[in-house]
Amino acid sequence: MVAMSGGVDSSVAAALALDQGHEVTGVTLKLWNGKVASGCCSVADVDDARSVSRRLGIVHHVFDDTGAFEDHVVGPYVSQHSLGLTPNPCIECNRHLKFGRLLERALRLGFDALATGHHARVERREGQLRLLRGADRAKDQSYVLSVLDRGLLPRVLFPVGDLTKTEVREHARRLGLRTAAKPDSQDVCFVAPGRARRAFLAERIELHEGELVDACSGEVVGRVDAVELVTAGQRRGLGAGDHGARRYALAVDVRKRRVLVGDLTSARSCSVRLGDFTWALDPPQLPLRVLAQTSAHGEAVRGLLVPGHLHYDQPERLVAPGQTVAFYHCDDPDLVLGSAPAVQ
Amino acid sequence: MLAYLDHAASTPMCAEALDCMTDVLANVYGNPSGHHAEARRARDILEQAREEVAAWTGFEPGEIVFTSGGTEADNLAVLGAAASRPGPVVCSAVEHPAVLRASEHLGARIVPVAPNGVVDLDALASLLDPSVGLVSLMAANNEVGVVQPLAEAVSLVRELAPGAVVHTDAVHAAPWLDLAELSRDVDLVSLSAHKFQGPKGAGILAIRGSVEGIVPRGFGGSQERDLRPGTQDVAAIAGMAAALRATASRRASEAARVGALRDRLADGLRAALEGVVETGEGESGRSHKVPGSCHLCIEGVEAQELLVLLDQMGVAASVGSSCASGATQPSHVLAAMGVPPGLARGAVRFSLGHGSRSEEVDHALDVVPEAVGRLRGKRRSS
Repeated sequence: MVAMSGGVDSSVAAALALDQGHEVTGVTLKLWNGKVASGCCSVADVDDARSVSRRLGIVHHVFDDTGAFEDHVVGPYVSQHSLGLTPNPCIECNRHLKFGRLLERALRLGFDALATGHHARVERREGQLRLLRGADRAKDQSYVLSVLDRGLLPRVLFPVGDLTKTEVREHARRLGLRTAAKPDSQDVCFVAPGRARRAFLAERIELHEGELVDACSGEVVGRVDAVELVTAGQRRGLGAGDHGARRYALAVDVRKRRVLVGDLTSARSCSVRLGDFTWALDPPQLPLRVLAQTSAHGEAVRGLLVPGHLHYDQPERLVAPGQTVAFYHCDDPDLVLGSAPAVQ
Repeated sequence: MLAYLDHAASTPMCAEALDCMTDVLANVYGNPSGHHAEARRARDILEQAREEVAAWTGFEPGEIVFTSGGTEADNLAVLGAAASRPGPVVCSAVEHPAVLRASEHLGARIVPVAPNGVVDLDALASLLDPSVGLVSLMAANNEVGVVQPLAEAVSLVRELAPGAVVHTDAVHAAPWLDLAELSRDVDLVSLSAHKFQGPKGAGILAIRGSVEGIVPRGFGGSQERDLRPGTQDVAAIAGMAAALRATASRRASEAARVGALRDRLADGLRAALEGVVETGEGESGRSHKVPGSCHLCIEGVEAQELLVLLDQMGVAASVGSSCASGATQPSHVLAAMGVPPGLARGAVRFSLGHGSRSEEVDHALDVVPEAVGRLRGKRRSS
């Protein structure tokens, strides 16, 4: 079963899975009834997926998972904001929808595996399956897959992981797929970019004005009009401190309607407190030297992983609680080890 | 082997309709509104079809308006009648979206149904008063096949809302019920050709001559009594009339034959599977449903998965309602009947029709329990 969003990557994933000799069925998830920014699930995207399926000669189905998407992605996204946390809905969608419910459906329906258009690779070495970064480092999506349990790896395929995005588009063009030139999707599909996040949240939770409190002096130095929208580590929208020094959010306390702010030095941290680990391979012995990545396309930096914490070699920008920290192998920087959420 | 059990979605055309349409498509090209021999040939075919349709539905030829299908007929009836009637619109909670959405748009009073899917006549009575302008009640439901007590409802309307016009969406009743009889006391009747072995894209709104002030929903020429502008699809209309004649002439025997097949399918599946509820089954069993309808709620499976598996195994079934993307969606009909959402997720519509054969029922009886077992087994172990 190939999960087809209607985008170019999953279109080509379906084509490549066919080339590799698999019997392929395409599936599109309808996840969201509202308007979409990029649209994993607009009618036009379903039409695109269906058109590609027709061209490839494969059967295509649509599953409605709007309820589960609300329960596992949109609902938590909203409630985490109301707690002052910074959720990553794409990760939750991968965990619960694509590699949760959809993979379960695929197995129930007798399919052997689920293929997606993610830029990542699964490789077998010495009898063990390993999750690797996609060949196109700029498009690599291993970060959002780092939450997958190693037990799922035998059941997932990432056919475009060996290709660059340019190669994917060329392949789509060669096959005459109508998604060949489709723009890349946005990160949060159910919230349009820009001010829309605010509007989206304001419809669902009460947003509260809050004060900016200087972490050193304890003085109130400014205000924000929605404390729920501030992310630890954020710089934008917080004004400037003495001598025009840039001001960073250090911590968000929604209950007290307060954001602690400080300068760049105080917005750097030597360690991150971590929640439960998910391992992409057999759990390694800790402590372990790793490369750690804290956002989808961020840089991976060196650190020491110990139970419950990551200690950076050099101080790094704060990681907001709720974000995922992905770990890669120190000597094999493409190899995903696993991940853990940053916690308060 | 394919068991086609989705006749309520669309059913194959009968030979009579196909022959008739092929002939018209090949040989008749004039515009029926024209003033020459070719136009007259087209016009003759159109008017002959109108007479035929009128005869089988109990209307006069001048009361028949051809449309592009059931939805357009329903929209024209509801929106067109309401446009000149300021009073409230009343419709049932289980109407097809073509009626329900149009009525909701007009702020309609919605009549609830009982758990067996039959409209609550007491509730209807309580929603009627002399100000009501339009009442729309379907003859048979498209999802669950429940036949509504139209005659009783119409009596209530005449008594309590004497100024109201009564519309019935008879689209899903057409293959099974005598249309002249069911619409005897009704003012407006909608039909769709492809539900009774005619072509897609052709439908009928029958409007009693006594009903005035139906306002057209589109602008254009004066075709169809100024109610439905645009050149008529002569071939499709001729095919529709031929299909209606064929359906009507075989209706009694087919209803008995298909009803027996449906009973064997429903009884067989219930015997083979635990946790199957026949939707809307009450004291009357399934006697209040059209003969082609077998609607089941199957516990422990999701219909959208079951349909995929059945498709692979050569059974074409349906859930009865789909959204714009083609995904299945929660049914307003089941919700109105009070079916719990968990059970409604396992709701599957098997619908039989005139082409249905005994072997198809055999195949479904082989395959459906296996598919359900597979889904239930995998669900338990996962």
